[in-house]
Amino acid sequence: MAFLSRNPQLNQHGELQHLLTIEGLGAGMVRHILDTAQSFVSVSEREVKKIPLLRGKSIFNLFFEPSTRTRTTFEIAAKRLSADVINLNINASSQSKGETVLDTVDNLAAMQADMFIVRHAQSGAAHFIAGHVAPHIHVVNAGDGRHAHPTQGLLDMYTIRHYKQEFHNLRVAIVGDVLHSRVARSQIHALTTLGVPEVRVIAPKTLLPAQVERMGVQVYHDMAQGLKDVDVVIMLRLQNERMRGALLPSAQEYFKSYGLTQDKLALAKSDAIVMHPGPMNRGVEIDSDVADGNQSVILPQVTFGIAVRMAVMSILAGSKQ
Amino acid sequence: MKIHIRGGRLIEPKSGIDAQLDVFIAAGKVAAIGEAPADFHANRVIDANGLVVCPGLIDLSARLREPGLEYMATLESEMHAAVAGGVTSLVCPPDTDPPLDEPGLVEMLRHRAKNLHQARVFPLGALTQKLEGQRLTEMAELHDAGCIAFSQADAPLSDSNVLLRAMQYASTFGFTVWLRPQDSFLARDGVAHDGEVASRLGLAGIPACAESIAIARILLLVRETGARVHLCRLSTQDGVDMVREARRQGLPVTCDIGVHHAHLSEMDIGYFNSNCHVIPPFRGLRDRDALREGLKDGTIDAICSDHAPVDDDAKLLPFAESEAGVTGLELLLPLTLKWAKDVGVELSDAIAKLTTEPARILALNKGVLAQGLNADLCIFDPDEYWKVTPKALRSQGKNTPFQNMELAGRVRYTLVEGVVVYEAGEKAGA
Repeated sequence: MAFLSRNPQLNQHGELQHLLTIEGLGAGMVRHILDTAQSFVSVSEREVKKIPLLRGKSIFNLFFEPSTRTRTTFEIAAKRLSADVINLNINASSQSKGETVLDTVDNLAAMQADMFIVRHAQSGAAHFIAGHVAPHIHVVNAGDGRHAHPTQGLLDMYTIRHYKQEFHNLRVAIVGDVLHSRVARSQIHALTTLGVPEVRVIAPKTLLPAQVERMGVQVYHDMAQGLKDVDVVIMLRLQNERMRGALLPSAQEYFKSYGLTQDKLALAKSDAIVMHPGPMNRGVEIDSDVADGNQSVILPQVTFGIAVRMAVMSILAGSKQ
Repeated sequence: MKIHIRGGRLIEPKSGIDAQLDVFIAAGKVAAIGEAPADFHANRVIDANGLVVCPGLIDLSARLREPGLEYMATLESEMHAAVAGGVTSLVCPPDTDPPLDEPGLVEMLRHRAKNLHQARVFPLGALTQKLEGQRLTEMAELHDAGCIAFSQADAPLSDSNVLLRAMQYASTFGFTVWLRPQDSFLARDGVAHDGEVASRLGLAGIPACAESIAIARILLLVRETGARVHLCRLSTQDGVDMVREARRQGLPVTCDIGVHHAHLSEMDIGYFNSNCHVIPPFRGLRDRDALREGLKDGTIDAICSDHAPVDDDAKLLPFAESEAGVTGLELLLPLTLKWAKDVGVELSDAIAKLTTEPARILALNKGVLAQGLNADLCIFDPDEYWKVTPKALRSQGKNTPFQNMELAGRVRYTLVEGVVVYEAGEKAGA
């Protein structure tokens, strides 16, 4: 039996209604977002960094989980499109009073919201909200549990395309805590969608989800083998709490086995780029020499992130209702 | 009250009857099958032409949510749902609030249920006090109060010494211990089968070995203690294989599955459908097929509804935060019929999974239609389709992944002790 309904991100015209995950988007849609982002990069370089595309629209940053960087880049992106932005940190207010996610969303919708940027600690929260809002409201997933962080995945693709131009000839390695990472899942879907022939994940067995190879990746447990001849190295953040359970013995041992150093990076192609979604744990998953080195594109990632988020918002706002 | 059930196809798995035979009921008992007894003047004739007449169904697990969880469902609503599903006897697990660990609570529940004059209720007593997995309950007292067996429900029992002692103590009195096999450490925080779908959706997984490791521990303790154990809600291929082997060795072990597990797999979670949040989780397609096969070859003795009504609000949450469980009493029969049709099992063998087999597990003289025994019957139309909608369900729980599906098999009459306790309207409530 299968109850799969149609892709909840697309409206009946096949346009993007919500951005919840990269899975199922199709290469054409992903490229369209990246191309649109490219046209917005120049806006950020102008003296007056504003265009009136979303003038009069209300965008709610609905963060059920704390975040500074992602929320800020969404805010900047919305403001550059001339939208009104309202920031809400939910865990501080209504959640502690026992209000449910739906109550919160209903209340905000009643304030004439046009778009929700949602972050939540539970996988599927953005799908859940998108399934319950009025049809004129768009939902952007800004990270749900371990499931997806599609704008991060898209900005990573933008960055790769910026430096490598094409995807069909690349070898990409994703290193670290794939098990708990929504970023890794979005990257894997984006890379396979765009036709990257070889996506590798490198991690100890305790930090890989079950049957991860079914997502279209090759599994490595050894950095030296996994990094050999790759074009792109994506490091994942390792949270300190992983050291408290039975997943890893210590940060020191992790760094020794899976931390990215200049020596290990030398195994990749000489023009390989190093990426990280941030925030970094220097000395845990990445050595400062590498993070600040000339192969690192970690800061440009952040810059491109604004253009990509502008692209997503403008495409959503332009879809038919 | 004398009732004549005329022209139906009588299916009585215990005696192997599958033929067009009339049933005559008097004074709450089956007075005769086939020919009317002398001087039988029916007060009521039920025309069962084109319908199946069988023993009332016995559901090995239905949560009635009383005491303590009445916001989810009430005894009234769920007992009405039971008879609407053709269920005339049901077993309720002890995970109420407070749990059924004191004779007074059990007596109260049985008393309340009896006064409703619907299905018969057979409570499972808590195996440990407050279901905390530490101290044994007064099993003999609870048995006297009406508990049919003893169970931890879904509460963990991680201390192997407590489990050993509980099994020894229960078997002292000949009580059966009902256990849902799951290693609580391996299952910790998990909400879905630890496989492809959970990995993709980023849901915390429960590995299949959480079940097989628990079964291994239980089987070794069965061998040690000689206790009779009923394994509840198998979900994995390994689990079925282990039980098959244990039975071959002659261990006193029986098992069941929830009927939805015969149909669904992890794939059905789709885009985080919280109606597919169940305990144990829907597993891989291979596992589901092994359950279907295990039922067919007799390794899995019985099918239950594992009825767990949940209020709408508790399902209107992101997947992991939603309350686990499905409503099942009214879907038990149609979903069992669907399994039988899918795998090519005779109607009579399918009905046995809901009547004679559960009765055997419970050691009750029920699930049988024979002269002189209680007239608990289910009369249904095996070919009538009905649509699963909130309105069509009497249960307060509308939570089911089968929502909006058309299922064949509609109960037309349910009789308990010779009284018609349920009678369907002319048209299914679509």
